[in-house]
Amino acid sequence: MNLAIETAPLLSNEQRKRARNVGFSLIFLALISAFFFSGRPGDAGFKLVDSFTLVLPSQPFARALAVLLGALGAVQLYRGFGKWTNVVLAISTGAFVVGFLAWATSGGSFNLTGMLQDTVTRSVPITLGAIAGILCERSGIINIAIEGQLLGGAFAGAVVGSLYGPWAGVLGAIVMGVALSALLAVFAIRFRVDQVIVGFAINFFSLGLTSFLSQRVLTEHPEYNIVKPFTPYAIPLLSDIPVIGVALFTQTYFVYISVIAVVLTTWFMYRTRWGLRTRAIGEYPQAAGTLGVDVIRLRYRNVWIAGAVAGLGGAWWPIGTVGRFDQNITSGRGFIALAAVIFGRWHPVGALTAALVFGLAEAIQLKMSNLDTGIPSEFLLMAPYIVTLIVVAGFVGRSRAPKAAGQAYDASK
Amino acid sequence: MKNLFNKLGERLNRVSSMKLTLLAVLSALIVGAFIIIFSDVDNLKNGDILGAISTVGSAYWALVVGSFGSLRAISNTINSSTPLILCGVSVAIAFKAGLFNIGATGQMLAGGMTALWVGFAMDGPGIIQVPLAILAGAIGGAVFGAIPGVLKARTGAHEVITTIMLNNMAAFFILWLLKTDLFQREDRTDPISKLVSAQGRLPRLFGFLDGRSDLVAHIGFIVAIGAVVAYWWFLKKTTTGFEFRAYGLNADAATYAGMHVKRLTVLSMVFAGGFAGLAGAAEVLGTYGYASTNFAGNIGFDAIAIALLGQSSPLGTMFAAILFGALQAGGRQMQTNSDVPIDLIIVLRALIVMFIAAPLLIKTIWRTKSAHVSAGQTFRGWGS
Repeated sequence: MNLAIETAPLLSNEQRKRARNVGFSLIFLALISAFFFSGRPGDAGFKLVDSFTLVLPSQPFARALAVLLGALGAVQLYRGFGKWTNVVLAISTGAFVVGFLAWATSGGSFNLTGMLQDTVTRSVPITLGAIAGILCERSGIINIAIEGQLLGGAFAGAVVGSLYGPWAGVLGAIVMGVALSALLAVFAIRFRVDQVIVGFAINFFSLGLTSFLSQRVLTEHPEYNIVKPFTPYAIPLLSDIPVIGVALFTQTYFVYISVIAVVLTTWFMYRTRWGLRTRAIGEYPQAAGTLGVDVIRLRYRNVWIAGAVAGLGGAWWPIGTVGRFDQNITSGRGFIALAAVIFGRWHPVGALTAALVFGLAEAIQLKMSNLDTGIPSEFLLMAPYIVTLIVVAGFVGRSRAPKAAGQAYDASK
Repeated sequence: MKNLFNKLGERLNRVSSMKLTLLAVLSALIVGAFIIIFSDVDNLKNGDILGAISTVGSAYWALVVGSFGSLRAISNTINSSTPLILCGVSVAIAFKAGLFNIGATGQMLAGGMTALWVGFAMDGPGIIQVPLAILAGAIGGAVFGAIPGVLKARTGAHEVITTIMLNNMAAFFILWLLKTDLFQREDRTDPISKLVSAQGRLPRLFGFLDGRSDLVAHIGFIVAIGAVVAYWWFLKKTTTGFEFRAYGLNADAATYAGMHVKRLTVLSMVFAGGFAGLAGAAEVLGTYGYASTNFAGNIGFDAIAIALLGQSSPLGTMFAAILFGALQAGGRQMQTNSDVPIDLIIVLRALIVMFIAAPLLIKTIWRTKSAHVSAGQTFRGWGS
C-alpha cells in the first residue's frame, strides 16, 4: 500500500500541487544559496546595535543555508509539513533573505536594524491602503481607487498640516479620504456605475486635481506645503529591546496606528455583528437583505470608513516622512496595496504580511545602491517584484474574493 | 419590418449616446472651470473674480486651438492619439475576455525596445525595415504580455498583481538595457538609446507637405487605425473573437460550452501585449526616434480610462483615444497660453469618464430623456 494514495483524499489537487510547488521552491532556493551565494568570500557585517556588529562569514553561511533549505525542501516533498507549511515557508524565506544580504554585503557592513526599521516604516501606507481595500471589498465594493484616496490624503495632509499643524493635517487627510470614498460610494451604490470604472476615474481625478493644485497653488505659495512631520516616538521599555526595539517600537505614530488598525479590523471583521454582516453582504447581499440587513447603508458606512483609513495612509507621506507634498508622491503604492489585498487573501493580517514584504522590498532597494555586488543594481532592484511574482504564482494561486465584489446591489432582484 | 425598427432603434440609441457623451464633456468642462476659478488664489484674494473667470475663457480657447485649430494642432492631436488608440485596444481586448490588463506600460516598453533594436541594428531600405521593426514591436509586446497570461492559466495568479509587478520589472530592465553597449548612445553616460536610422523612422503622415517639419504625426496613426479595424474584425468575424466575448461575459458558460478557457486567457494577453507593443514601436520609431527610460509615460494607465470610456468596443475605444489625445495636445497649448497647468486635462478626463459611466447622473443634471446607455463591460473580478 502506497502511503501517498492513502493520504490523497485529504488534499485537493490544487493543495497537493501547491505543496509540491513549495517543496520544489525550497530546493530551488537551496540551489541558489549553494552555487550563487557561496561565490563571494569574505565576511558580512550586520550592524545590529551601535556597539555590536554581527559578523557572518559569507561562504560557510551560504552553504549552511543551502543544507537547511535543501533538507526542508526534501522533507516537504517527501511527507509535507501540513499545517506548518506556511510557517516553514516564512522562516525559509526569511533565512534566504538573510543569505542574500550576507552575499550582497560580503566584505562590507550593513545596518540591518536600520533596514528593518525602514521596512516597517514603508509598509505603513501599503497596510492602511490594503485595509481600505479589504473594508470595501468585504462588503462587496471593489476599491480600485485606493491610489487616488492615498494621493488625496497626502495632499490634504500637506496643506492642512502646513496651516494648522500635523495632527490637523492627519484629520484633513482623513476628511479628504472620506470625501473621495463618498464619491465612490455614491457612484457605485446610488448610481450603480461599474465599480472599476468609477474607481479608476477617481484615481485620475485625484491625480489630476492634486497635480493641478500643487502646480498652480503650491509652487507659488510654498508656505502651504511645509509640514512639521512627526518624529519617532520611542515606546518606553519596549524600545530598549535590542534590534526589535528600534525596528518596531521606535517609530512614528503612523506605525502604531496602522498596527492598531489591523488589530481592530480583524477583531471587527470576525468577532462582531458588524463584521458578520459586512462579510454577508460581500458574499450574498440578497440573502443578507432578506434577513433584514440594510445592505445599502452598511455598504455606504464601510466605504466611508475605508476612505478614512486610506486618507490616513496618505497622510503618511507628508506628515510621516518628508514634510511636503509632491506631484504623484504615492507613485503607484495604492496599486501595490491592491496587490497586498489579493496577496493577503482579503484578511487584514494577510495584508499586513504582504505590506511588510513590499516594505522590505523598498527598504532593500534603498540600501542596494550602497552595496557593490558585481551584478547590475537594476536586477537587484527587480528582485522583489520577481519574488512577488513567484510567490503569487506558486503559493497563493487562485484566491477567493468576496463573491459579490463588483456587483451593484438591487433589492428587487 | 421588425428588423427595420430594430435598426432604427439602434440608430436612435446611438444618437442619444452621442448626446450623452457631449453632455458629459460639457459637464466636465463646467466642473473644470470651477476648479480653475477656485484655484486662482491670487486673483481671488484681490477680489478679482472677473479676472479669474477670464482665465477660464483663455484656457479653454487654447484647448480648442491647440487640438484642432490648425494643421499643426491636428497633427499634434494625431500624434498624441496614436499610442493611446493602440494601448486602448490592448486594454479593451483583455476586458473583452474578462481580464484586466494593467500591464500595457510594461508591454509597451518591451515592444518599443524590440522595435528599437531592429530599428538601429538593421540598415536596410525603409520599406523593408520599418514593417519589420513594427512587427518586432508587436512580437516583443506579445511575448511580454504572454507572461501574465500563462501565469494566470497555469497557476491562477491574478493578472492585476502580475501585470503590476511586470511593469516594475520592465522599467528596471529597460533602465539596465539602456546602459548596455548594445543600446546606449555612444557619447552618453545617461540611459538613452542610439538613434534609429533615418530610414528606420516611421514616415511622417504629412511628409508630402514640403518644409513643414513641425507636423510630427507619423504613420503610426495608420497602424493604429489598422489595429482598430483588426480588433473589430477579430471580435465580430472570427470564432476565437466570439469565444473571447463569451468567456468575458460568462466564464462558466464558456467552460461548459467546451471552450479552452486557458488558451483564451493566454491568447487575450498575447493580443493585448501585441497591441501595446505596437504602441511602443510607434512611439520609439515614430515620435522619438530613440528610447529613454520613460517613453511609455502614463499611456498604459490612460489607456485603461480610454477602454472604459469606449466600453471596450473598437470604435468607442478609438474615439475615446482621439478625445484624450486632443485634450493632451490642447493641454500643452493651454499651459503655454494661459498659466493653467496641463494637469487640468487629467481632471477633465476623469470627469468625462465619470459622467459617461453614470448616465443616470447626467440625466438628473440636464433633465434629458435620453435612452439608457448600459455601462461598459469590464473585467471578471478578483476570482479565478
